Amino acid sequence: MYNFEFVKPSTVAEAVAALASEDAQALGGGQTLIPTMKQRLASPAKLVSLTGIEEMKEIDSDGKVLTIGGGVTHAEVAAGGYGAISELAGNIGDPAVRNRGTIGGSLANNDPSADYPAAVLASNATIVTNNRTIAADDYFEGMFSTALMDGEIIISVQFPVPEAANYQKFEQPASRFALVGVFVAKYPDGVRVAVTGASEGGVFRWTAAEEALSASFSPDALDGLSLDAEGMIEDLHGSPAYRAHLVKVLTARAVAAA
Amino acid sequence: MPSVTMTVNGRAVTGEVEGRTLLSQFLRDDLKLTGTHIGCDTSQCGACTVHVNGAAVKGCTMLALEADGAEVKTIEGMANPDGSLGVIQAAFQEHHGLQCGFCTPGMVMAAADLLAGNANPTEAEIRKHLEGNICRCTGYHNIVKSVQAAAAQLG
Amino acid sequence: MPKDHGIGASPKRREDVRFLTGNGKYTDDINAPNQTYVYFVRSDVAHGTINKIDTSDAEKMPGVVRIFTGADFEGVGGVPCGWQVTDRFGEPMQEPAHPVLAQGKVRHVGDPIVAVVAETLEQARDAAEVLEVDITELPAVIDMKEALKEGAPKVHDDLTSNLCYDWGFVEENREAVDEAIKNAAHVTTLELRNNRLVANPMEPRVAIGEYDASNDEYTLYTTSQNPHVIRLLMGAFVLGIPEHKLRVVSPDVGGGFGTKIFHYAEEAFCTFAAKAINRPVKWTSSRSEAFMSDAHGRDHVTKIELALDKDNNFLAVRTDTYANMGAYLSTFAPSVPTWLHGTLMAGNYTTPLIYVNVKAVFTNTVPVDAYRGAGRPEASFQLERVIDKAARELGVDPIALRRQNFIKPDQFPYATPVAVEYDTGNYDATMDKIEEIADLAGFEARKAESAKNGKLRGLGIAHYIEACGIAPSNLVGQLGARAGLYESATVRVNATGSISVMTGSHSHGQGHETAFPQVIAEMIGIDESQIDIVHGDTAKIPMGMGTYGSRSLAVGGSAMVKAAEKVIAKAKKIAAHLLEAGEDDIELANGEFTVAGTDKSVAWGDVTLAAYVPHNYPLEDLEPGLEETAFYDPANFTYPSGAYACEVEVDPETGKVEVCSFAAADDFGNIINPMIVDGQVHGGIAQGIGQALLENCVYDSDGQLLSGSYMDYTMPRADDLPNYTVDHSCQTPCTHNPLGVKGCGEAGAIGSPPAVINAVVDALSDYGITHIDMPATPARVWEAIQAAK
Repeated sequence: MYNFEFVKPSTVAEAVAALASEDAQALGGGQTLIPTMKQRLASPAKLVSLTGIEEMKEIDSDGKVLTIGGGVTHAEVAAGGYGAISELAGNIGDPAVRNRGTIGGSLANNDPSADYPAAVLASNATIVTNNRTIAADDYFEGMFSTALMDGEIIISVQFPVPEAANYQKFEQPASRFALVGVFVAKYPDGVRVAVTGASEGGVFRWTAAEEALSASFSPDALDGLSLDAEGMIEDLHGSPAYRAHLVKVLTARAVAAA
Repeated sequence: MPSVTMTVNGRAVTGEVEGRTLLSQFLRDDLKLTGTHIGCDTSQCGACTVHVNGAAVKGCTMLALEADGAEVKTIEGMANPDGSLGVIQAAFQEHHGLQCGFCTPGMVMAAADLLAGNANPTEAEIRKHLEGNICRCTGYHNIVKSVQAAAAQLG
Repeated sequence: MPKDHGIGASPKRREDVRFLTGNGKYTDDINAPNQTYVYFVRSDVAHGTINKIDTSDAEKMPGVVRIFTGADFEGVGGVPCGWQVTDRFGEPMQEPAHPVLAQGKVRHVGDPIVAVVAETLEQARDAAEVLEVDITELPAVIDMKEALKEGAPKVHDDLTSNLCYDWGFVEENREAVDEAIKNAAHVTTLELRNNRLVANPMEPRVAIGEYDASNDEYTLYTTSQNPHVIRLLMGAFVLGIPEHKLRVVSPDVGGGFGTKIFHYAEEAFCTFAAKAINRPVKWTSSRSEAFMSDAHGRDHVTKIELALDKDNNFLAVRTDTYANMGAYLSTFAPSVPTWLHGTLMAGNYTTPLIYVNVKAVFTNTVPVDAYRGAGRPEASFQLERVIDKAARELGVDPIALRRQNFIKPDQFPYATPVAVEYDTGNYDATMDKIEEIADLAGFEARKAESAKNGKLRGLGIAHYIEACGIAPSNLVGQLGARAGLYESATVRVNATGSISVMTGSHSHGQGHETAFPQVIAEMIGIDESQIDIVHGDTAKIPMGMGTYGSRSLAVGGSAMVKAAEKVIAKAKKIAAHLLEAGEDDIELANGEFTVAGTDKSVAWGDVTLAAYVPHNYPLEDLEPGLEETAFYDPANFTYPSGAYACEVEVDPETGKVEVCSFAAADDFGNIINPMIVDGQVHGGIAQGIGQALLENCVYDSDGQLLSGSYMDYTMPRADDLPNYTVDHSCQTPCTHNPLGVKGCGEAGAIGSPPAVINAVVDALSDYGITHIDMPATPARVWEAIQAAK
């Protein structure tokens, strides 16, 4: 990889200041960024590590809202016992990846096959950055693209606690990212269904399923629904039609398991 | 060049590194601890697995500078103080849990990470925990047996 | 009570201690003083003309020592092919040149063009980025059948076409086979693909070249399964270095599986460049680089027909195969689809008429060569799949159909119609054993249980044969091999009785350091700790042929036994002198020489001491010292066989296949170390399940490698696989080697793919599905179900 200057601030303010310089990039757990840099596909002049910032490492739930600091690792979330979110975190990557990778890093990267975006979007979570809050519906802007501005850092993510939720992931056999992942979350005002891995546009909400499940929260409610294969990802591991089919299968399984 | 200080297998070490120096490179090239292996470049094979502050990480996917001040443990630190094989190492030998030996250091470190958090794992839990460590020789059967045997002995 | 030492025991592996403590010494762990690093600039197009390479800016980059291009290798030999196949018209195969660095054209993604040597690897990469390489992309040929069409782009302009050879075997049987198929009561036809695989030993390849100008000597450290073969090929055919000036060392090697047999351009480059710059040159492959530079495996497209009479006896087999050679001929590539494949098409059966046609084809892909099993998995897969399909078509039990056509124990030695003679075997015994250990009787109950959970359960059986311990040099020479296939060993007894065995076999996971001493310990009756195995260094051991084709014990072990027999014969002479008895009366057991029928004895250590301190010694009749070398050239291949059973569950909603159980009953003849044999079978099965369900090396139509990393090439992981039930109690010892051993390294990878696919097809049979190509991925299974609905 190309060389760079490495800094490891201990406060958000210091990190924001460090990121203000040209070609500076934030480094979370590095589980995506470091492999990318090894392939020389990224060349930041400065890497600003966020792993030394204590205020981003908190995780807290008051029963209504689960707040996860941007620097909390997948392993820490998995161990927390926070229902579907913890189960999701416990299946990201592998144990060693989970010990380094963070929720903030995952959401800032917004890989179209990553797991967390489905949870965030289905939960209508709020992304808290160093200078604003962003609703999940406004945050994801397509593959590897988000509403974050240059130098903006995810401080925490606030998940409204659902009545019921479940995440079903069908793994791409080689990478073990989601070939399709579906997060279903039931709230008093309705059900939200978010799908990762499937679409060329990145994570998305399956609104037809949301309406059906809001009316009746049972797998049968999905009978008769089908998802258009148009715009689904085509690769070695599955056709658009297969992915569209899996979305429905996994949604039904998530409802059954929620 | 920046300097980095850490404790590796109980020994305090300091070195000059570049920003881009990976923990695995620091261990192999600077400290000559060549038991930590590099088997891929996409962070999947796990041959480079070491412990940082007690948690398994992929040494090829962590900057050496990120380990500044940390306690690092590698395969070279897994034997008993008298040099004899530790429980997990001995179980791998007893149950033929290795063939070419290349994935073995990472496999032992991953197994130790599992058993530190789960003293009595099921076969399925062992297999799941080892998903980030690829072995091409053993078909995993004897690795699983080795970890089960180590768990029983440590239990 | 299992034995605790010697032949048949399972002592803990001694090599494990260094591997488990991080003290293994792999090639990448070696660093030479003053060494440089090379980075290869590789083609990113599958086919193109090199117009211009401008290195001038790159040469000025920091740390650059020297930059090499194909021009530096004009006048140097190319990477040679070690096997010449003769086609069915009696003509030699088409054999293209294979330069160390591309000259004029690039022919696959990954073809090395420029080598940048610098003080550090990062500096070499930095310099590589400012190189100017101007290439005009040409249309590529990827699909084999397209490559053979009139007007297809030619991979090699100087060849007449992309056809390497059109091989027929046995050519004289061609018409008789056609006739038999035309007149048969039933013919089952199956078209299939044996998927392209990447061997992926966990240690990527590494090469370090060194040159000592003071005495004009070269040393190459390399990750090889056969350092002597590399010395021969590189020294004689590429660089023109005589053997006595070239040392090749393969230290601990992290797995091979075939792909580390071959001589590669990077080895020749590092050796050549070390002299050119008079400094050591090191290359360490990244995994991504390995995917586009290690020889791939398999990649056959086949149509097989099985003809049966009205009583379901096999009458004839006809098979047409297209075998992908890739862009160049790797070391043993031409032999794999021919002599390692066609000769096995009889399987375990008495089929009287067999004809095998193979068209080997050049394409713009990475060269393809031997991978665990090499030709034999391709033979076994076709045969065991077509038999299963025939059983289904005829409505008969697939096990019964196999049994009916098995070669029976009283028919050995059995000459097949495809030129090999099986020395021994008992196929019903292994079939009986698999029925027992896989609990086939309980399958229907398990299937019903799966159905309750919405899963489709299937059972698959396969019965393989393979030929290994490769093999008689005079035979392989007739078949086109450009090397002998003997093995060597030197047994060096030291003065105090300890022993070093120098073997031409090479261990890269097989455990020779543990298993070989078991044999010597048994022969002499001393403790295994007294015996060490030395391998992997041409400076230390006699000319050897290395490890592949499950040959280490059958051939290398036999050489060791022969050398040990010579040692014992001489030691008996010394003992006879010391005991003042006749040589013929001396017996050796438990480390003691005794005079038969008396209580006179002398210990092993006293005899060995006498050999080196010959104060009381028959010097007039016998040289001092106790060291013997033997070369062993086997009389025949060995023929392991076995029955495999696989049960799978298919989730019809997602297409995901889970392997629920896998059992193997193998006949390996005699067993030296059961623990190691189990491990070899486990590993082979895992690679076979990987081929059947997970692994696939895929190019797009432009020749871009789509599965070029572990992100897309599915390596089997711990949670993809079950525990295995393995048994090797059925033993018909090999009749022609001194240990009666057959070899066990490849069996698992040969028998398992058809067992798995037979199981998947069985699970899907209610949909009317009769075949599914490997790998049976979730997407592929789901699509097959949709198409069948």
